[in-house]
Amino acid sequence: MTKLIMPKIDRKLILNKKVEIVSELKKITKAENILDHEDQLRPFETDALTAYKQKPLIVVFPENTKEVSDILAYCNQERIKVVPRGAGTGLSGGALPLADSILLCLSKLNKIIDIDYKNRCVVAQPGVTNLSITEAVQDKDFYYAPDPSSQIACSIGGNVAENSGGVHSLKYGTTTNNIFGVEVVFMDGTITRLGGKTYDSEGYDLLGLITGSEGLLCVITEVTVKILKKPQAVKAALIGFSTIEDGGKCVTEIIASGIIPAGMEMMDKALIHATDNFVKAGYPRDAEAMLIVELDGTDEEVEELIERVIKISRKNKSSSIKISKSEKQRLKFWAGRKAAFPACGDMAPDYYCMDGTIPRNKLVQVLKEIAKLSKKYDLPVANAFHAGDGNLHPLIMYDANEKNALEKTEKFGAEILKYCVKVGGVLTGEHGVGVEKRELMCEMFNNNDIQQQIKLKKSLDVSSLLNPGKVYPILRKCAEEGRVHVHRGKTKFTDIPKF
Amino acid sequence: MSIEEKQNLQTYQSSDFIEYPQSEKEVAAFIRKSYKANIPIELSGSKSKKKIGKPLQCAKILNLSNLNGIIEYLPEELYIKVKAGTPIQLIEEKLKKNNQQLAFEPIDFGYFLNGKSNYGTAGGQVACNISGPRRFKVGSVRDHVLGFRGVNGKGEIIKSGGVVVKNVTGYDLSKLMCGSYGTLVALTEVTFKVLPTFDESMTLIIHNQSIESGSGYLSDSVSSSNDVSGAVYFPKNSDITGCVMNIEDTFKLNDLKQDGSITAIRVEGSKKLIEKKTNNLIKELQISNLNISVLEKNQSYIFWKKVKNLEFFYSSNNSIIRIVIPPSENVKLIYQLSNKYKYYLDWAGALIWLEAFELSEHMFESIRKKVVKIGGYVTMIKNSEYLPYVEEVFTINRHRFNISQNIKKSFDPKSILNPGKMYTGI
Repeated sequence: MTKLIMPKIDRKLILNKKVEIVSELKKITKAENILDHEDQLRPFETDALTAYKQKPLIVVFPENTKEVSDILAYCNQERIKVVPRGAGTGLSGGALPLADSILLCLSKLNKIIDIDYKNRCVVAQPGVTNLSITEAVQDKDFYYAPDPSSQIACSIGGNVAENSGGVHSLKYGTTTNNIFGVEVVFMDGTITRLGGKTYDSEGYDLLGLITGSEGLLCVITEVTVKILKKPQAVKAALIGFSTIEDGGKCVTEIIASGIIPAGMEMMDKALIHATDNFVKAGYPRDAEAMLIVELDGTDEEVEELIERVIKISRKNKSSSIKISKSEKQRLKFWAGRKAAFPACGDMAPDYYCMDGTIPRNKLVQVLKEIAKLSKKYDLPVANAFHAGDGNLHPLIMYDANEKNALEKTEKFGAEILKYCVKVGGVLTGEHGVGVEKRELMCEMFNNNDIQQQIKLKKSLDVSSLLNPGKVYPILRKCAEEGRVHVHRGKTKFTDIPKF
Repeated sequence: MSIEEKQNLQTYQSSDFIEYPQSEKEVAAFIRKSYKANIPIELSGSKSKKKIGKPLQCAKILNLSNLNGIIEYLPEELYIKVKAGTPIQLIEEKLKKNNQQLAFEPIDFGYFLNGKSNYGTAGGQVACNISGPRRFKVGSVRDHVLGFRGVNGKGEIIKSGGVVVKNVTGYDLSKLMCGSYGTLVALTEVTFKVLPTFDESMTLIIHNQSIESGSGYLSDSVSSSNDVSGAVYFPKNSDITGCVMNIEDTFKLNDLKQDGSITAIRVEGSKKLIEKKTNNLIKELQISNLNISVLEKNQSYIFWKKVKNLEFFYSSNNSIIRIVIPPSENVKLIYQLSNKYKYYLDWAGALIWLEAFELSEHMFESIRKKVVKIGGYVTMIKNSEYLPYVEEVFTINRHRFNISQNIKKSFDPKSILNPGKMYTGI
């Protein structure tokens, strides 16, 4: 495990106040909703970024918005840090506890409150899983569009916090484009509704601001999501290429021709083999790159689009083309892609999933750089790419039992992300910054940009108690890298908290 | 002389009051200077939407129209990066050459508000975040802004977002810029997501429907799988004292001859597909035995352009109000309002445009009360001579006001950027 610098721990609080805090929390929620024994805390020491572990001081499971509000107001008053947690499926360590924090688990808020077909929306508590929203409305042929790979387990509250995407986000957008409103609680305990069942809202777009804010601005206690009618027809094409270049050109040309596919995924040879071994999806094993292009709409529309995609693929020297003939076959095409993570888990003891976004036309250039880095670090890598929206997921394989292996892997990952930014992309497409990419923020933003965001955070959470240590770099680190001007040991912005 | 003209005369006595920076650096230097000297600044572009929001009386005007030009346009990457003062028309013309568009359908407020066509600038569209009829399908301006650069109230240049669709790096400040009416940042650069244009457009018209059934058809059509991209309802012309909105006079289209209400549903795409989708709609809505007609290509295009640009109100001097509500509530609300005001429904019933003759502030607040009760919001888009000023142009509650005030302070601590444009105190 690599060493992670976190905000200064309040040791007095841990040593002297734990009993008092538990007894205060018992006044707010039932005793059974509070965990404070060491053994009880262990399952909550990490989220899906398992490289980092830290037990919280206390775990609490509020049962309603009022309890969330009372807990936050109490913590705000007593200056206790709070880390919100949904389903704990986040890959960037956004729900990593701090030793002196209360871990606020929203999993007991798990009810669908309202299904409103007239206004085409569903109102759900934050602990409801992403997939169960679609399951609740699919009998009427509706669905909720964002579909992160973890959709069976991840919660809708967490989706809002991370602005989750999925394979369909080029056409249907990410969470931010698919929600109407939220109920939130700020650190001082204020309960507020942002948006509702209307399009847009007046004044500042607070809903847009809190979506993707990684639990730093408020705690989400209710979400109103937009639901869509299922398209009449959906088909997928499985297209193999003998070079990555041809695959990359094909992606660019499909988009340039005016087609917006519902999903467009690319995998490199390493991942084609890994996933095909794992689920026998019938992938072209001789191909260097493979595309899954999914098209939806009316029957005629899908037929027309498939024809156009085939034509473009042939023009770009595709080595194989398969079109799904049934829903079962379409799902089989996807089965491999969706199993990309476990398939890599089968190939190496550990893997590290990166998440950067790049302009689509830089794909070949970035994949070549990754191959170069793979040699440099002597670590194998497989690449999954949401080609439609430019979101790249290199999966670096390593063995955590080897000395310094994780450090080496993290360095490799960081170099990939820096390169993504260099070619005009961003550090994270859908996993969030969390603790994982915190120190890389200086690659993308200068000091003014980061200070503005920190000032905004402070305007809503005056004492920086909500999920501290996440998203924003520790200033000292930026200073070390020469991005903050330090004059005679004095940094600028002394009013800003230094983690 | 109108009150506004008088105010303008008193406030902007000479061109010395207006600054025309040529670059982002000059914008930053000017705001820095104003910050130090506590000088409030009004931000302006091409002034197409200047009349929306509360009137400003600032010592200085910062006109950003010289920050003009396309910085980068990559059609295959589906984005265009422009300087904030770039006219929307220039952007749309450029995109059209590559069969692409700003899918949120920018509205030409120029004619409606000032008597002369003017789509405004990129920065202005972002600042106001008001989108056309396609909103319910593709999202609004805020869903099409990928990133921005600008200068905050301390004169610091800041940026957020990027050029890619999927991006969760830091807070999504681009969203916050949308609809902030220049009260947080002076925008200098905007990156828009662009999308392919549609080959053709076709509009299915159902004639002579009551508000109940018309609104029902709008709702059913957008809940179908036919990819509907526009859905409006115009009631039958009625005599309401002083209101001039006239559907027949506005829609002088060859294929639209009748005098009752109009329920119009748009589909877009290739000719073959939209014919099929229109037929599907007729079948699914079970309307083949009703009085229906279809507008094709140019007529459909002209119809939606008129809808989008609010042409029905061009000759009106009355108050024009925009109401956004959950669509399920529209009939009930219309019953409460329609005998006093003229209206039509857009966004498949989620948006109501209202024309009000001799509207008093008390009446406006009474409309707001009804709308807020059903979970919606109200904006005074155009004042009348009868009611040239309203205290609350936009709708907000106490909690959101407090949060907004805090956010404003974090960007503009001395409140020098468009102070009071949205709300007193922000």
